[in-house]
Amino acid sequence: MATQANDEGRDSALLSFAGRAGGVAVTVLLTFLGLLLATFLIGRVVPIDPVLAVVGDRATQSTYDQAYKALGLDKPLAEQFWIYLQKVVTGDFGTSFMTKRPILEDIARTFPATLELATAGILIGTILGIPVGVWAAVRQGKLFDQVVRVLGLVGYSAPIFWLALVGLLVFYARLGWVAGPGRIDISYEYVITRQTGLMLLDTAMQGEWEAFRNALSHLILPASLLGYFSLAYISRMTRSFMLNELGQEYIITARVKGVPEWRIIWVHALRNAAVPLVTVVALSYATLLEGSVLTETVFAWPGLGLYLTNSLQSADMNAVLGSTIVIGAVFIGLNLLSDLLYGLLDPRIRRRA
Amino acid sequence: MAPLLTVEDLRVTFPTRRGPSEVVRGVSFTLGRERLGIVGESGSGKSQTGRAILGLTPPPGVMTAKRLEFDGIDLRRATPAQWRSLRGARLSMVMQDPKFSLNPTMTIGRQLTEMLRFHARMSAAEKQRAALAMLEAVQIRDPDRVFRAYPHELSGGMGQRAMIAMMLVTEPDLLIADEPTSALDVTVQVEVLRILDRLVRDRGMGLIFISHDLRLVGSFCDRVLVMYAGRVVEELKAGDLDKATHPYTRGLMNCLPQIDRDIRPLPVLKRDEAWAR
Repeated sequence: MATQANDEGRDSALLSFAGRAGGVAVTVLLTFLGLLLATFLIGRVVPIDPVLAVVGDRATQSTYDQAYKALGLDKPLAEQFWIYLQKVVTGDFGTSFMTKRPILEDIARTFPATLELATAGILIGTILGIPVGVWAAVRQGKLFDQVVRVLGLVGYSAPIFWLALVGLLVFYARLGWVAGPGRIDISYEYVITRQTGLMLLDTAMQGEWEAFRNALSHLILPASLLGYFSLAYISRMTRSFMLNELGQEYIITARVKGVPEWRIIWVHALRNAAVPLVTVVALSYATLLEGSVLTETVFAWPGLGLYLTNSLQSADMNAVLGSTIVIGAVFIGLNLLSDLLYGLLDPRIRRRA
Repeated sequence: MAPLLTVEDLRVTFPTRRGPSEVVRGVSFTLGRERLGIVGESGSGKSQTGRAILGLTPPPGVMTAKRLEFDGIDLRRATPAQWRSLRGARLSMVMQDPKFSLNPTMTIGRQLTEMLRFHARMSAAEKQRAALAMLEAVQIRDPDRVFRAYPHELSGGMGQRAMIAMMLVTEPDLLIADEPTSALDVTVQVEVLRILDRLVRDRGMGLIFISHDLRLVGSFCDRVLVMYAGRVVEELKAGDLDKATHPYTRGLMNCLPQIDRDIRPLPVLKRDEAWAR
């Protein structure tokens, strides 16, 4: 009897989960379609002639017309979009004429660099930012809180390229604690074969520990800078979420129960503050993954941000659109992930489905 | 027999921009293993009196007293460690609305066993058994389900029973119930009160029942303190409520609706500056 009821419960839970997953899939598909439409239209309205880019500006009119047809530009806009859609779905973003390689290949080469940097940055920002924010909330108005506030303000307001330059000057040029721009010293560049594209992982998997140390030394400064910026934001948000939770009635209940203060803070309150924090961390991560253009420029970091900037400067529309789609997809993916985590962390959302 | 709780000249003060504001102004009473009601209107200091006894006056408020003793322990000098071992184990409190007073991200079971975790040496299985037994004692029919449920999955009445179960699972000596039924439906109120009454009687605990409902307190407690503007204006045996002499208590009594008489227009409660002095 009891097991039967249990089974029924599980079945309906499974069903509702499947239903929700279906709903989520439709939403994601629609969002992605919207993203493609937007990038497609941008590609049509920018004042860059894609035909000229192919034939050069000294081509005859007949060559021009031929290329115009070959590119399908004489077809109705809807049909063009349909063709574009088919290509994108098969992973064909066209060819970059800056690098003369398929866009997808270029992105596969540059994105891991950004992924590595952004992941290191968000790890630093989260692992330090959450405890700092929690403690600032607990010590509200005291010295620690004030110091964090000032550091956060600097993090918000100082231009990152300036901090990056100062960082390079101090830690690389003066003190020599870290390696300079780039992902790895040129002497190691050909020692390792590219597998995941993540330098730390590749060197570690191949047992090239010297190269690993070198890559880490290159990574640490830009990652710390990005980490500092997300720390400023994450700690600020953690502080305000925690202040909100610590003022709730269930905290008084916990005190009445004689629960030790550390547990009230780190278990009762933080567990509840974690729900909105997930979104904050996911969005910070997404921002870093978009490619921190300025940081990547200063550190000559061959990531998506640098690639996108270069493509923009040389009017390489295929590359720009391709990168935009990747960035958009990453954003959609992280949003989806944070929604799923939300449901996992908050029982009120979990069961409502 | 020495009283369970002695309160003498209890004062709670909050700093405000216009100087300190005293919300509890010299409350004194003693409590044995009996049921004491505290009634008064909003802002009369009844809830702050309850919080102060638990040492939970919210900062920046300050509590002072000539004497505040619980079972021979001077609460004014209790260390944080002493408080932690008193609260939950010997002193506990049921609050108004289970919607807010239960942690929304913990199951009822975890919240109940957490109480035992810090106040009893038990194995995990024993804790679960004790928690389930306690849920049964507050007349929850399917304790297994409630044990695994999150607070939002329970009705208000169920939530408040779970709250009472949690606060009594360690068998404390004194329970403070701060408007424990005010957030509940009228039909559920009586039932929750009956459960609370039986548990308190059976275990011979002291109870401080804080409410704004004079009649409820009168029917439920042995003794009643009437508070006004941070002071006790009258102390009565519950049976003698209609013999109250203080004009404020009389005023409160007169405001009660009566079934056999149409008292319109409803009397307005008169307040006198002199009572607060």
